[in-house]
Amino acid sequence: MSAGLMAYIWEGLGVTLMLTVFGALLGLVFAFIAGLGRSSNRKVVRGAAMVYTEIFRGFPSLVLLFALIFILPQFGYQLNTLFAGILALALNIGAYAAEVVRGAVKSVPPGQLEAAVALNFTPMQRLRKVVLPQAVVAMIPPFSNNLIELLKATSLVSLVYISDLTFAAQLVRASTGETTLVFLGLLVGYGLIALVLTTIMRLLERLAARRLGRQVPTGLFARKEAV
Amino acid sequence: MTGEDFITFEGVHKAFGKNVVLDDLSFSVKSGERVTLIGPSGSGKTTILRMLMTLTRPDRGVIGVDGDYLYHEKRGDELLPASEAHIRKVRQRITMVFQHFNLFPNMKVLRNVTEAPIHVLGKSKDEARERGKELLEMVGLGDKLNAHPSQLSGGQQQRVAIARALAVDPDVLLLDEVTSALDPEIAAEVLDVLRDIAKTTDTTMLCVTHAMKFARDVSHRVLMFNEGGIIEDGSPEKLFNEPEHERTQAFLRSVIDET
Ligand SMILES: Nc1ncnc2c1ncn2[C@@H]1O[C@H](COP(=O)(O)OP(=O)(O)O)[C@@H](O)[C@H]1O
Ligand SMILES: [Mg+2]
Repeated sequence: MSAGLMAYIWEGLGVTLMLTVFGALLGLVFAFIAGLGRSSNRKVVRGAAMVYTEIFRGFPSLVLLFALIFILPQFGYQLNTLFAGILALALNIGAYAAEVVRGAVKSVPPGQLEAAVALNFTPMQRLRKVVLPQAVVAMIPPFSNNLIELLKATSLVSLVYISDLTFAAQLVRASTGETTLVFLGLLVGYGLIALVLTTIMRLLERLAARRLGRQVPTGLFARKEAV
Repeated sequence: MTGEDFITFEGVHKAFGKNVVLDDLSFSVKSGERVTLIGPSGSGKTTILRMLMTLTRPDRGVIGVDGDYLYHEKRGDELLPASEAHIRKVRQRITMVFQHFNLFPNMKVLRNVTEAPIHVLGKSKDEARERGKELLEMVGLGDKLNAHPSQLSGGQQQRVAIARALAVDPDVLLLDEVTSALDPEIAAEVLDVLRDIAKTTDTTMLCVTHAMKFARDVSHRVLMFNEGGIIEDGSPEKLFNEPEHERTQAFLRSVIDET
């Protein structure tokens, strides 16, 4: 393969990683806002959070992406295509992850909150100091799944001509005719990225668990439920 | 015990669905008084402590703490529902130790004890740590400052919880069956710690326990609860030696725990 084509691949890899990382970060913001909003005292906030999670979980990322790129401009909003890609992915994955946040927060034993009240923490301090640090440990394994879903969904952006890894591979295939090789390479590429992401999440999980004085087994297939 | 009423329940009513737990309950506790609440399971003892700790709202009635109402604010002659700020202000004087310890697993032992003094009372880190170490020494855990709560036994965890409660300098300490989840010998150790605290402080204490010997040793007064109200109220000598009410006699016979 020529150096020029290889450069496409590297650039595409960069775009895919960027979509994944920024999509995840923005999605995390949506997830926390909506997930915590679901247990807000205020009805409006609860309602808005519910509408977001219920609606955006149902939208296919691709349709959302088309909407952002082709419909928004008709109302006078022209998003940068790459940003539109990140936003569409983040809105979608954020709605799934919001349910993870909500479930994890609910899984913190009520006695923890009661102890925080007994020490007269403010509601914000209860959340920051007691609930979230414990809930985060329970969030990480399902977040890991969300992240892999996100990675896979990034390949959709090639359909709106964002030059991600899939897009670059298509280019290479078109100019070399090496269909089998290119797609096999692509599979291996995504597989490797997924492996790296999963490993990072495992490390995070271990770190978070250790802060709670728990042990998480280290084997690749070992995953123990939190005690 | 003389002096002003420090805690007052006036006409407090609480029901869970159709289950009326407390019916028009009134009683008061004086400053520095140590009161033990006894009575059969389900008689509402925990509910009383939880209402004082603002973990359960009464349906009707008012609860006073040193002249302020816990759930109400006085505006002229009117009693209005209290703001969160008002509740926090009154709640500051009260804290509670729970049956299941409820230590924060995301904080090491010393931080469990210092977090509220620093971030709620506004003490300096040094001051809070100094006092935290002192309290942990006092409960016999001076060597566990950097342990995770999960590395401690139940008895040790409860002693940390006691230190954590004392660290916020409470005027009122609520103890809800703090030894019920522990083996008898371990429970005895924890009760010894509490005896020392009772002897050396003038903190007002409301204590729910089945440890009758302990109750006799430390309390000024015992309240016997049954079916939504207090059926007997007196000194431990009076109540344990010559209970008047038939239900009290039956209850005391049924409690074999002599720690
Ligand atoms: N959160 C709750 N929801 C419904 N019922 C409750 C709740 N808390 C307590 N109860 C009921 O109130 C009654 C009194 O409970 P409690 O105050 O815990 O009694 P005690 O501490 O004397 O054993 C019991 O019948 C219990 O089932
Ligand atoms: Mg109880």
